[in-house]
Amino acid sequence: MAVEQPSAQATAQIPARPGEQSRIHNIGYRNYDGPRLGRAYARRSLYSQSLRGAYGLGRSVKSKVLPMLLFVVMCVPALIMVAVAVATKAKDLPVDYTRYAVIMQAVIGLYVASQGPQAVSRDLRFKTVPLYFSRPIETVDYVRAKYAALASAMFVLTAAPLLVLYVGALLAKLDFADQTKGFAQGLVSVALLSLLFAGIGLVVSAVTPRRGFGIAAVIAVLTISYGAVSTVQAIAYDQNSTDTIPWLGLFSPITLIDGVQTAFLGATSAFPGGEGPSSGQGVVYLIVVLGLIAGCYGLLMRRYRKVGL
Amino acid sequence: MTVIATESLSKRFPRVTALDRLSVDVGPGVTGLVGANGAGKSTLIKILLGLSPATEGRAEVLGLDVATKGGDIRERVGYMPEHDCLPPDVSATEFVVHMARMSGLPPAAARERTADTLRHVGLYEERYRPIGGYSTGMKQRVKLAQALVHDPQLVFLDEPTNGLDPVGRDEMLGLIRRIHTDFGISVLVTSHLLGELERTCDHVVVIDGGKLLRSSSTTDFTQSTAILAIEVTDTDEHPDGTRAVRDVLQARGIDTHDGSELPGAGHILLLTAEGEETYDLVRDVVADLGLGLVRMEQRRHHISEVFKDSDDQALRNSDAQAPKGGDEQRKEAVGHGG
Repeated sequence: MAVEQPSAQATAQIPARPGEQSRIHNIGYRNYDGPRLGRAYARRSLYSQSLRGAYGLGRSVKSKVLPMLLFVVMCVPALIMVAVAVATKAKDLPVDYTRYAVIMQAVIGLYVASQGPQAVSRDLRFKTVPLYFSRPIETVDYVRAKYAALASAMFVLTAAPLLVLYVGALLAKLDFADQTKGFAQGLVSVALLSLLFAGIGLVVSAVTPRRGFGIAAVIAVLTISYGAVSTVQAIAYDQNSTDTIPWLGLFSPITLIDGVQTAFLGATSAFPGGEGPSSGQGVVYLIVVLGLIAGCYGLLMRRYRKVGL
Repeated sequence: MTVIATESLSKRFPRVTALDRLSVDVGPGVTGLVGANGAGKSTLIKILLGLSPATEGRAEVLGLDVATKGGDIRERVGYMPEHDCLPPDVSATEFVVHMARMSGLPPAAARERTADTLRHVGLYEERYRPIGGYSTGMKQRVKLAQALVHDPQLVFLDEPTNGLDPVGRDEMLGLIRRIHTDFGISVLVTSHLLGELERTCDHVVVIDGGKLLRSSSTTDFTQSTAILAIEVTDTDEHPDGTRAVRDVLQARGIDTHDGSELPGAGHILLLTAEGEETYDLVRDVVADLGLGLVRMEQRRHHISEVFKDSDDQALRNSDAQAPKGGDEQRKEAVGHGG
């Protein structure tokens, strides 16, 4: 029986382990005949890799700093509120679950601006996209995996402080049914917010392979739209034309979320004078939010249809 | 058995015809796909991967129709692009593991195969460092590793020797040879350098302007004629020995040329050996003139020369490559001289 001779170079690479010296290892090329899990598995792999990447896991230490820092910044106020509520034996949390994300919108904006480009611009810039498409997955898998990954990452970011609040509220022995309802409403709200912000962030950052431009563009879209809407709303409030305030809220992402949760999720609006949309207007808000999410998905599909080899 | 088969495959863009009724069969082994830039090599690979529909005609890879079985094909085929495709901030190991999983390998198998494959392409300790710090040669190896990690039946290598120095190029060509001989994987390798493929491939397909120029085995290209290189000493009687030999050979009806693209031109004489008798003739001529025969060696005919002789269109291509072709020959000459 002939035994394959490992090449001299190969032998040098594998130091002989004690006790195994009598065995001759065939360390030539080995064929793979195990399972190949196909397209759905590849899509899941891309999703988990992108989700981990959104918090810098599996990447350099430097790229962990910002997402982790933002995560901490997002949670600290919740911890403080809980501490205060427990210490002062308050009857209610200082802030509603639904309101928390609206207050912390700057942090959420920074997060999506930093991680949106990370998720898509890198692949475009270093031309890794063709490698993905030379494998079983197709455009639709790539877009869905990336979208789902960023939306999940944002959900983690926005839901974690709500969880802190909820656990804290239970520790402070606040009313269980009340708190659970509020918590659930908050979760629905941040889920919508995550989908919307992730979509906008990805569409804007997929336009450019330059990460810096992507970050700046996402921040610009979020802050300019919010700045414009809140300014015009304030003017409208000053001039007592309160009817127009809810309609103006349709033009920026965070006010859209605010409107939806005011109409359907029992939140109090952060609009000037608390002039949130009525339930009729709320339907329009919801349609616009869902339309935007679908639109972002469609735009991403269009963007990647052309990115072949 | 055919690995790749195309049948009057055409790809037309609004303003260019990238492939024009290309019909070619490729068997197992290492196949070179040669053509100038813009000859349609990359377009062909894109169609064969099922990523771009053909305008007309059909193609099969591993017996699977590219129009309908793209996903199945891509699961069994590896692809190494011509351009850079590596993110600089991750290590080779992480990157290749990820790519293995994207090809459908379970996590444990992906890690194991990554370690194996990186070792086979010649990356050892450096595989844990970020790719950004790699040399061009190392990056090419990572690109090759990600194409091989899922143990495909066929790999498409698009210009794998681009940007490599002569030593790196030789190593890469050796590696490509091993992909078939040791790993049992068929290879389709593109290049615009004929000389390079001659040493590596079993079969060469030449396309130009999207049309098939020639498809035949490398031995057909190179064995038809043998080129003989002769170098002689000078004596007092014949201050220019080379010229003296040439004149006598010319008188005997044998054409010679001086290999002007080689260094030390004028000292080496190239002639076409028709058979055994040519060797005897050269020996006798040199002896009669009283010169010393420094060398008489067989030089393999380069594919580029075949094309120069045989095809005008190929002439145009190989002209563009002439400096590189010269390089190749020079290297060989140096090797023989040493």
